[in-house]
Amino acid sequence: MNMKIAVASGKGGTGKTMVATSLALSLIETNQVKLLDCDVEAPNAHLFLHPTFTQEIPAVIRIPKIDPERCTLCGQCVEVCQFHALAKVGKTIMVFPQLCHGCGSCTWNCPEGAIEEIPNPIGVIEKGTTISGIDFTHGKLTLSEPMATPIIRQLKKLEKSSNGTITVIDSPPGASCSVVETVRGVDFVILVTEPTPFGLHDLKQMLGILEDMRIRYGVVINREGIGNAELDRYLEQKGIPILMRIPFDKEIARGIAAGKPLVVIDPNYHEKFKDMYQKINQIIDKSDGRS
Amino acid sequence: MILLISSQGQNLESPIEHRFGRSPWLIKYDTETKENQALPNPGGRQSGGAGVAAAQFVIDQAADVVISGDFGPNAANALRAADVKMYLFDGNLNNVDDVIDTFLEGKLPAF
Repeated sequence: MNMKIAVASGKGGTGKTMVATSLALSLIETNQVKLLDCDVEAPNAHLFLHPTFTQEIPAVIRIPKIDPERCTLCGQCVEVCQFHALAKVGKTIMVFPQLCHGCGSCTWNCPEGAIEEIPNPIGVIEKGTTISGIDFTHGKLTLSEPMATPIIRQLKKLEKSSNGTITVIDSPPGASCSVVETVRGVDFVILVTEPTPFGLHDLKQMLGILEDMRIRYGVVINREGIGNAELDRYLEQKGIPILMRIPFDKEIARGIAAGKPLVVIDPNYHEKFKDMYQKINQIIDKSDGRS
Repeated sequence: MILLISSQGQNLESPIEHRFGRSPWLIKYDTETKENQALPNPGGRQSGGAGVAAAQFVIDQAADVVISGDFGPNAANALRAADVKMYLFDGNLNNVDDVIDTFLEGKLPAF
C-alpha cells in the first residue's frame, strides 16, 4: 500500500517544512520515502535535506494559440473562459498567458477547431536523491509567474509511487488554491500550528477545507509554551487528534535557522516521528473501520 | 463619441472610481445626444482577470474613449488593441460630470 501524507498549516511559518523533512528522515530508516515540496513559490525542504538533483523538467501550462485563418471571431472562447484570459478585440482574439489556468475550455468549445494548445513555461521541476535515500522532488515557480497550481498538479502527476512507498508532501502556506491542489488525493494531512490566535484562526480555515474535501487530519502543535490555551481547548472540544507537541525551544530555533533538521538537532525525535506515523495509520484504519 | 467613465455610483453626480477593472459602475456618455447610462462593470465582481473583463465590456460597448484613475497592463493592452483611447482623471476632479466637462475641454491627460 502506498501512503501519501501532506503537511499543511494555514498560517505560514508554523513549522511545516521542519515536520515534513524530519518525518521523511525518520521513516527512511525502514521504508521507501519520497518527499515532494509543493511550496513552489518558496521551496525550502532542500535546505534541510540537501538532495543531489539529477533531473530537471520544465513546468508548463498549456495556453491557447489561435489560428487566425480558421477563427471566425465568434467569441465562444472568450465567453467560456472563466479567468478572462481571452478577449475579443477588433479583428483578433487576444490571449493573456498570465491569466490562463490551462483548463482547455476554449479549445474544447471552439466550433472551428481554430485553437491549438502550446506549452508556456512557468517554472521548473527538479528531481534528485538525498544522501539518506529520500527520493526528492520540488517545483520552482518562475518569479513573476502568478499561477502556482499547474506546476503543483504536474509535480504530483510525475510521482507514480511504487508499492510500499510513503510520500511526504510539504504544502504551501495559506488556505488557497495551491494548498487545495496539494492536498487533493492524499490519505492524510498533518496540520502544523502554533498556540496563538493567528495559528488557531488559520487552522480553522484549513479544517473547513479538509472537511469539505473529506480528508483525514491531525494536528502538530509547534512552539508549545507561547500564546494561550485556546488552541488546546478548541482541539479537545472538537475531538481533533493531536499527533505531536514540539516545545518552544531556543535550541530548536537555532538549529532550524542553521539548516539542521529537527531529528538532527534532537535525535529523540526519530522515535517521536515514527510514533506519529503509527498514530496516523491508526487514525486511518479506524476511520476505514478496520479496527 | 462614446465615453465610459469608472464611477462609484449610477449617475453623473456620482463620485469617480479610481480603479478601472474593479470599478462597480461604468457611466456611458454619448457626446452627441448627451445621454448617459449607468452600466454595471462585469469586472467588478471577478476574483481574477477583472481588468480584461472590464476592457472587453468597454470594447463591446463600442466606446471611443475610456476614462479612469489608472489602467493595468492587461486592460491597457486590450483597450489599445481595440483602439479605445484611455485618459486619466485629473487630481482635482470628484464626480463624473466634472470629468466629462474637463475631457471635452481637452484638459485630461492621456494614459
